[in-house]
Amino acid sequence: MEDLMKPLQVEKKYFTPGVIVLSLIALNGLVFLAGRFLFGIGAVTNLNNQYPWGIWIGVDVAAGVALAAGGFTTAALGHVMHREKYHAIIRPALLTAMLGYTFVALGVSVDIGRWYYIWHPLVFWNGNSALFEVGICVIMYVTTLYIEFLPIVTERFIGNVRLKSFFSFLNKPLNKFLRILDKGLAKVMFFFIILGVVLSTLHQSSLGTLMIIAGPKMHPLWQTPILPLLFLLSAISVGFPMVIFESLIASKSLGLKPEMEVLSSLGRIVPPILGIYLAFKIGDIVIRGTFVYLLQFNVQSVMFIIEVLFGAIIPLRMFLSETVLKSKILLFIASSLVIFGVLLNRINNFIIAYHPPYSYGAYYPSVGELSVTIGFIALLILAYRLIVINFPVISLPDKQYMIQTKFTIRGSQK
Amino acid sequence: MQKQNRRDFLKTSAILSTAIAGLSTNKTKAKPKEILSEDRMGVLVDTTVCIGCRNCEWACKVAHELPTKPKESYSDRTAFKKLRRPSEGALTVVNEFSNPQNLNIPTDVKVQCMHCDHPSCVSACIVGAMSKEENGSVIWDTDKCIGCRYCMVACPFQVPSFQYDKALNPKIMKCDFCFERTKIGKLPACVEICPVETLTYGPRSELIKIARDKIKHNPDRYIDHIYGENEAGGTSWLYLANQDFAKIAFPNPGDKPMPGTSESIQHGIFAYFVPPVFFYAILGGIMWITKKRKEAE
Repeated sequence: MEDLMKPLQVEKKYFTPGVIVLSLIALNGLVFLAGRFLFGIGAVTNLNNQYPWGIWIGVDVAAGVALAAGGFTTAALGHVMHREKYHAIIRPALLTAMLGYTFVALGVSVDIGRWYYIWHPLVFWNGNSALFEVGICVIMYVTTLYIEFLPIVTERFIGNVRLKSFFSFLNKPLNKFLRILDKGLAKVMFFFIILGVVLSTLHQSSLGTLMIIAGPKMHPLWQTPILPLLFLLSAISVGFPMVIFESLIASKSLGLKPEMEVLSSLGRIVPPILGIYLAFKIGDIVIRGTFVYLLQFNVQSVMFIIEVLFGAIIPLRMFLSETVLKSKILLFIASSLVIFGVLLNRINNFIIAYHPPYSYGAYYPSVGELSVTIGFIALLILAYRLIVINFPVISLPDKQYMIQTKFTIRGSQK
Repeated sequence: MQKQNRRDFLKTSAILSTAIAGLSTNKTKAKPKEILSEDRMGVLVDTTVCIGCRNCEWACKVAHELPTKPKESYSDRTAFKKLRRPSEGALTVVNEFSNPQNLNIPTDVKVQCMHCDHPSCVSACIVGAMSKEENGSVIWDTDKCIGCRYCMVACPFQVPSFQYDKALNPKIMKCDFCFERTKIGKLPACVEICPVETLTYGPRSELIKIARDKIKHNPDRYIDHIYGENEAGGTSWLYLANQDFAKIAFPNPGDKPMPGTSESIQHGIFAYFVPPVFFYAILGGIMWITKKRKEAE
């Protein structure tokens, strides 16, 4: 059966009641965003000189980057290690990563005071800065992701360029151009696939280096020199759960049959990775002796326990069980827990653990900040739906039972 | 991924990895500016002398062209009721604390940027907009800044502030040690106006000697601690006090330079791009071997 699956456009109508609700949520976010651009960051956020970073950095950027890790982990599995079995999930994971990083970039440009200078890191370099490293890697990785997505675009349009009336003379040359592009891309794609994996490991870890410079301003439960390693390990361990999560949601929403066999075997890879992450996380607080802070009862200790217990220990146990791996709903819950754990970890690192020396009161995100963050998530889902309806991303049973070979000339069957 | 023979693979990887290696040579470490000058200047603040007249606050605003009330209004001591911090509207402020030695004479403390010897803001800034100058000042280049506020996250003294109310060109604001004034031989505005010589401007190494002498000759007047001598790896601004610094709202950032750990991690991971390129090569190898194995099957 596997071989008869082929990425195809999903034949569905775009607008549903759910899509309209999401559009309204997105619109609400855009209204607050307009406020930010017209009246400054202070007008819509609760940020101040003590708390310069809020959820736009903690969630939109830090958690966004981590949750887009499905892209490079599946690329490493499917393309680098050539596990053909997982090819069906590479394209959806690639799309999520591409959209995820696009919204990370948007999140950054909204949060920085001078959004029109976002290109400055390309020109003014500071090799000492972890943020510079993250910035450059993210810019390069977004570009790489778009290049990796290009073959899907050429596949969609080769033999299908049908411009109307006046522009119709362009159809032939455009078609030819796409064919050349497609051929060229196929030759160099391995370079970009490896590059994507390398860039991801680099900036996923450097994102952890970011808060190290805050030194004693960060709670000792999280402030550790191995933060980059923890960030990298947690990003890798959330990669496959994220793919499982979105496959299950997408198939539900688009009315497709989820490929449980692929998803369960993907789930089997999770425990070793999650286990290593958990071992480092626990080992770190034991070796540094900071576990004593868990005995105090405060926001930090409670959040740490929730993060480790619900975000790592419980899902680890769940992924070890065959019953969970075989059950759609349990697999969904286990994956959601890992995602929740990593999301909470990023929020903890960037917001809960951060304690400035002269704070007049804790930071809570404003309505405006929440609206923009939720609005971005809604926009991301809307863009995902739009793309899977219009481009061959999700693998479906092929009507023609045609197995694509390297000799197939794309578009020739149409 | 389509057909890809070995020769193509090697050819393309060679070209592209040379391109990456070429980029890496542009990355230079430790510019001359970042080497600490022996003659860097500093200010010694004797908090036991300060009378809390707040003339320095006024002079600072005038020197930096910030809006200010008339000088006379600064004698209003109700401003001391709450702890204030330097902000985008006032780069230096004076706070008042009770004095355990003499309850009638309060302790007044001027705060501003400490001008660290190893500034975390300089290390953190994504575009290198912050710099430590030869004369000790840590200053900010308005043309480079993108407004990411990472300097504020990094600063152990929580000094840099940001113009949150500006939609266009918001600035990071902090004491610049009157860089424009000292450049032409003038004193920093606050030092110049201080009526009671709370502030002593001079080479940092001299100031430490003066401070040690003061403590030695007046052991009852001062506690034996020069704040800023070692804090965060040393700062250009140094403080003397009659009580524990924690009681007069100074944080304890430890004695190590703040950027130490993050910079060694950064340079460890990158080390002239050797580890990433090596990792790239390993992945390329795995990709090629697994592909061969697949083809053999």
